[in-house]
Amino acid sequence: MVEVQDANAVYAGAFDNPVFQSQAVFRALMDGMARPGTVVAIDASAVPPEPMGRGAGAIALTLCDTDTPAWLTQTQAQSAVPAWLAFHTGAPVTDVKPEARFAFVEAGAMVPGFNQFALGTQDYPDRSTTLVIEIAALSGGPAMIGAGPGIKGEVEISPVGLPDIFLTLWNENRSVFPRGVDLVLVAGDAALCLPRTVKLRRKEA
Amino acid sequence: MTDLATYNFAYLDEQTKRMIRRAILKAIAIPGYQVPFASREMPMPYGWGTGGVQVTAAILGPDDVLKVIDQGADDTTNAVSIRAFFQKVANVAVTTKTKDATIIQTRHRIPEEKLGEGQTLVYQVPIPEPLRFLEPRETETRKMHALEEYGLMHVKLYEDIARNGHIATTYAYPVKVEGRYVMDPSPTPKFDNPKMHMSDALQLFGAGREKRIYAVPPHTQVVSLDFEDHPFEIQHFDKPCALCGAEQVYLDEVVLDDRGGRMFVCSDTDHCEDRRAHGHVGHLLAQEAAE
Amino acid sequence: MYVAVKGGEAAIANAHRLLADRRRGDRSLPAISIAQIVAQLGLAVDRVMAEASLYDRSLAALAVTQARGDMIEAIFILRAYRTTLPRFGYAQPVDTADMKIERRVSATYKDLPGGQLLGPTFDYTHRLLDPSLLEDGPVDEPEQKDVGDAVTMRVSEILAGEGLIEPDGMLPEDHVPGDITREPLEFPLNRDLRLQALARGDEGFLLALAYSTQRGYARTHPFAGEIRIGEVEVEMDIPELGFAVSLGRIRVTECQMVNQFSGSAKQPPQFTRGYGLVFGQSERKAMAMALVDRALRAQEFGEDIVAPAQDEEFVISHSDNVQATGFVEHLKLPHYVDFQAELDLVRRMRREHVAAKSQGPKPDMKEAAE
Repeated sequence: MVEVQDANAVYAGAFDNPVFQSQAVFRALMDGMARPGTVVAIDASAVPPEPMGRGAGAIALTLCDTDTPAWLTQTQAQSAVPAWLAFHTGAPVTDVKPEARFAFVEAGAMVPGFNQFALGTQDYPDRSTTLVIEIAALSGGPAMIGAGPGIKGEVEISPVGLPDIFLTLWNENRSVFPRGVDLVLVAGDAALCLPRTVKLRRKEA
Repeated sequence: MTDLATYNFAYLDEQTKRMIRRAILKAIAIPGYQVPFASREMPMPYGWGTGGVQVTAAILGPDDVLKVIDQGADDTTNAVSIRAFFQKVANVAVTTKTKDATIIQTRHRIPEEKLGEGQTLVYQVPIPEPLRFLEPRETETRKMHALEEYGLMHVKLYEDIARNGHIATTYAYPVKVEGRYVMDPSPTPKFDNPKMHMSDALQLFGAGREKRIYAVPPHTQVVSLDFEDHPFEIQHFDKPCALCGAEQVYLDEVVLDDRGGRMFVCSDTDHCEDRRAHGHVGHLLAQEAAE
Repeated sequence: MYVAVKGGEAAIANAHRLLADRRRGDRSLPAISIAQIVAQLGLAVDRVMAEASLYDRSLAALAVTQARGDMIEAIFILRAYRTTLPRFGYAQPVDTADMKIERRVSATYKDLPGGQLLGPTFDYTHRLLDPSLLEDGPVDEPEQKDVGDAVTMRVSEILAGEGLIEPDGMLPEDHVPGDITREPLEFPLNRDLRLQALARGDEGFLLALAYSTQRGYARTHPFAGEIRIGEVEVEMDIPELGFAVSLGRIRVTECQMVNQFSGSAKQPPQFTRGYGLVFGQSERKAMAMALVDRALRAQEFGEDIVAPAQDEEFVISHSDNVQATGFVEHLKLPHYVDFQAELDLVRRMRREHVAAKSQGPKPDMKEAAE
């Protein structure tokens, strides 16, 4: 049950104009997925309860509904976020990672291993989880080189706040293609998408 | 009598758009793989572009400029009808100029002009499954894609060569995307296949009746299937366009009279008009000007 | 000079204007009202509602008149409208045992509790054109037995009492019925999805398939256990209220076919069921659906799949007339770009054929052919 002081946090904070704002957020994500590594702007006027950030909240409002079970970190699951999600999108929260269509990880939280989530099947590789991971910044961190569909030649990315073993996790995810999760990294009102097709390596100094 | 509802922006309700949008994102993440989606009944018949219309409706926003072509032409009746539909339900800006459009919905052609980074090409697809005419069962073709088992397709193409001396597929010519999925490019003539390879534009494919969405991201390998001794080749026309003199473009054959008179003109009407506006003159126009 | 055909928009507008003219026909005749269609062409309205999966008599009648009586066009118009409607929730399963019965016949018993009730049927009418209908003459008031609120036992319950027929429905307790209008089909289907697809399937297609099973293409040994037509209550759970409320009554036709089954080592011989349920009064459709349903259960009973009516992917993929008509009729859209590609190839191959004939066989062609 939502406590009284959280009521505002739960019932407020959606888009003012859901039709056009969700269209704009979707187009940013579509461009981001189609051009991995490029930073796209997210209309972050959504105000989800702490600790979910605005960009992640906007993505949830855009893509989640009753058909998409969402997995939340423990901190988020114990906050007003599940009630906010339920009220504005109807999305049920699940603690069973392979059942989640979307997973939301707030900045600073531990990122679970990707293979704990739905990776899809060889017959239906689309039935996989999309992880929305909030991080400190999309650039300024250790540089990685990305290549693959959607990338002209190579792209350099340098997100700040990913776990140290990120490249190992990502390469494992790459190795099960066409299965695998897809990532959306979010910082503030910007996002960077890493669909499962992206090949990543550390940039040699 | 029940009050008839007013329709939503771009016709589809928000829940349907979300469902289609999720399918589009997964389609982009798995290039060439056909994502099943809960296609809706649209107010135009199945087989007349309902898949493309649903994709366009799900991505379209107020800032977009839409171009709709059928057979390469903006003025074919079904193109006119679909364009009018979006003007009515989304009040969207429309254009016939390829370079001005942000979204181009097409049936059977890819524009001659090279598409750019900000553009999305939406294909209307009748039969999304490239293996369908070799194996009618969905349960079987799904397995073939899962196992990357495409031998049947090569056998079929090779039988063509054995029987006719050519690969007898002239449109909907199968391609392999990024070395993994064999994909139907929709019934575009094979002339257009090379334009799909490493395109700067995002390519989305919608099959409404068959309930599938698939995608080719920009800068993605799209290779037409072939054999070392029978390499893939596109159609060539002996003459340039009779109106604008363009070469290396796809031409329509127009019957002029009942005595075998023929002329060949650009199938891409915008490209042809643009060239003529820039002073290019084909032999027929030149001949008329001389008379 | 050659001018590319322009003015598609004007052509379309004019075509639609002509269509409207033809729809209205002779202006000196009064226009048919929706109420008249609902009242006097009720079975046409029923078919449109059934295959559009939308129970609304007035809208179905509007679709019939808008479509100039073209049933598939009317079904299409109503379906396209249905898609745009918001979904508030799912009704509880209707209970046809509680049906307020108008017609009920069983071919398996001479008499049975509740009796045989012929109801408003074409059966036993002599199909002679009736000139009296040319004038709006008086029609006798009907005489009907008042069945009251009595519940009429289903024939399947009589058989089930003796264990002679398989139980009704075999899906697990926690199974949530799917919805073919919200999810893409994935073969093989559960029976709930299959029945949904058949319920909106084309009457003619199902009729032909059902007929084929009677002629030996997957023989199912059917008896019409019971056909009942009447009104049932539709109820929906309202979570806020904590109980179900009635949304109203709809007329449906239900058919339970009783089919033979030889039994197995594990199971003693038992009759099996084929089920049909359709909006409105449509006995032909409900019976055909029941036959096809039973034929499609072949795999479940370990029967050999040898005929089209038993092939789930074939039957369900082709039963929807809105899909079928769209794709068949799309062939009238321009295809000249692809035709040009074919023309080019055929001309080339003919040239090569002629050349090859005059020069004798080409070595590489011969090699390929081997």
